[in-house]
Amino acid sequence: MSGVADIARFRARFPRAFGPPPWQRAAWVLGCVAFVVWLGALCAWFDITPARLSRGVSGLFVILRLMVPPSPGAQWADILQGLAESVAMAFLGTFVAAVIALPLGLLGARNVVVNALAHFSIRRVFDGFRGVDQLIWALAFVRAVGLGPLAGLLAITAAEICVLAKLFAEAIENADPRQPESVLAAGGSRLLAIRFGLLPQVLPVLLAQVLYAFESNTRSAAILGVVGAGGIGLQIAERIKVRYWDEVSFIIILILITVAAIDFLSARVRRKLIT
Amino acid sequence: MNGGVAALETAWRARRRVRIVGGSVVVAILLVCLLLSAWVSEAYPAALLAGASRAGEYFVKLWPDLRLPVLFAGTKVQGSLAYWMYRLDIWLWLLFETSQMAALATLLGALLALLLCFPAAANLAPNRVVYIICRRALELFRCVPDIVYALILVWTFGVGPLAGILAIALHTVGALGKLFAEVAENADMRPWEGVRAAGGNWAQAVRYAILPQVAPNFLSYILLRFEINVRGATVIGFVGAGGIGQELYSVISFNNYQEISAIVVLVILCVSAIDLTSEKLRTLAIGRSA
Repeated sequence: MSGVADIARFRARFPRAFGPPPWQRAAWVLGCVAFVVWLGALCAWFDITPARLSRGVSGLFVILRLMVPPSPGAQWADILQGLAESVAMAFLGTFVAAVIALPLGLLGARNVVVNALAHFSIRRVFDGFRGVDQLIWALAFVRAVGLGPLAGLLAITAAEICVLAKLFAEAIENADPRQPESVLAAGGSRLLAIRFGLLPQVLPVLLAQVLYAFESNTRSAAILGVVGAGGIGLQIAERIKVRYWDEVSFIIILILITVAAIDFLSARVRRKLIT
Repeated sequence: MNGGVAALETAWRARRRVRIVGGSVVVAILLVCLLLSAWVSEAYPAALLAGASRAGEYFVKLWPDLRLPVLFAGTKVQGSLAYWMYRLDIWLWLLFETSQMAALATLLGALLALLLCFPAAANLAPNRVVYIICRRALELFRCVPDIVYALILVWTFGVGPLAGILAIALHTVGALGKLFAEVAENADMRPWEGVRAAGGNWAQAVRYAILPQVAPNFLSYILLRFEINVRGATVIGFVGAGGIGQELYSVISFNNYQEISAIVVLVILCVSAIDLTSEKLRTLAIGRSA
């Protein structure tokens, strides 16, 4: 009997050891209720019903069955050209973006541009434009310069400049300040200090980032064609429109192989650069 | 002495020659690749020049027509903020819809990833076959971009947000599952051994030994993925899968320049706001574990 009394006494003295206090439990229950209400509201809003889900899933299985076996269809040349266009867009776009982003990155780095206002505003502009997805750029450039890979190229360049400029600026800020200082102390100008004190330190890092950007742009270049900006995405979108599912799966597999090959190559180059 | 210096000099010259030759070979390869890609992507000088001027014109037209004296005038006055954002209520609602799509997709994807990530962690997988199957499944989900999923799902689920949500969720499963599995592989295995030694089964060991360790990191990755998915959800509407993208697609197609810039500015603001909030939450989630 004394055991039960002990428990009661301990419960009174150390309520926390016997479980969360009532307000915490209430908050937990309230949170769960709010979550369920949110989920229910979304389901009602987006018209997510079990019937619609099951119909969609069964349709999906039909498509998946039609995707096997993958077949290249009759237009091998178009598919290969699309793939080549995608890789070319990604390569050239990343290169041009890197060339433009280098001076911008220098401008955005705190240790190069000492003026805090300039530094802050440049960085915010990069950040802002990074919120614009590549597909939005692609759609805009398709309207501006017409259908085709040129629009995709410009879209990749425009979107990548903002991303790379920010990465470059961060890499440059992390550089060791003593080397440019020593160039300045030896009588070099600020430009010389950047060229001989800063760039040799950060160049391998920047190159590695450019290679990463190339990999990720190869992936995104594969879908820019969906809005008409050239590349393999156009081929996929066309085949989905006419429901040639076996060719769709074939192209998806081809894209995966290409992306894996680019990743492999770029990883090798990167390892060589870093060491 | 002189011989030593001369030897050093020749050695240095030889090294320098090797470097110059190697460097020029690399530059030559790069140039060939660049020219080749310029040719393939139809970036001929003439097309590029014409395109650049047309793109310049296009982006100048996008610039909002704002005039300082009437900046805060009503919707009827041309040149005011309200005139530029005359459909603000509709756009904000669409942006809210977009963010909710991203939230639901992230939640759905994270739940599936949570199921798949533990068997896909090398240290936790019950056996080799399950491990390999789960790993490959995650890769398969990850390597198809969400917009391609959306193109396919719009066929089966119909035009609307549901297709977009499922498309983003499918890609999220793969992306998050891989990150989750890597976190789980780095977990401390002693609690696991403790639970197993006390007679707990596999599921109990995952729940009581691994999950408490990895939950903060998982939460942080989920929030990061939510940010990425918000960006993705803004464009998933281009293929008819709901959200602000559908509206953006139509105003770009109809060349309603002022509306394009208004929507893009709203998207940037919304994405930045969500990024900032999520960054705060992420440091909170990680900070609690430390």
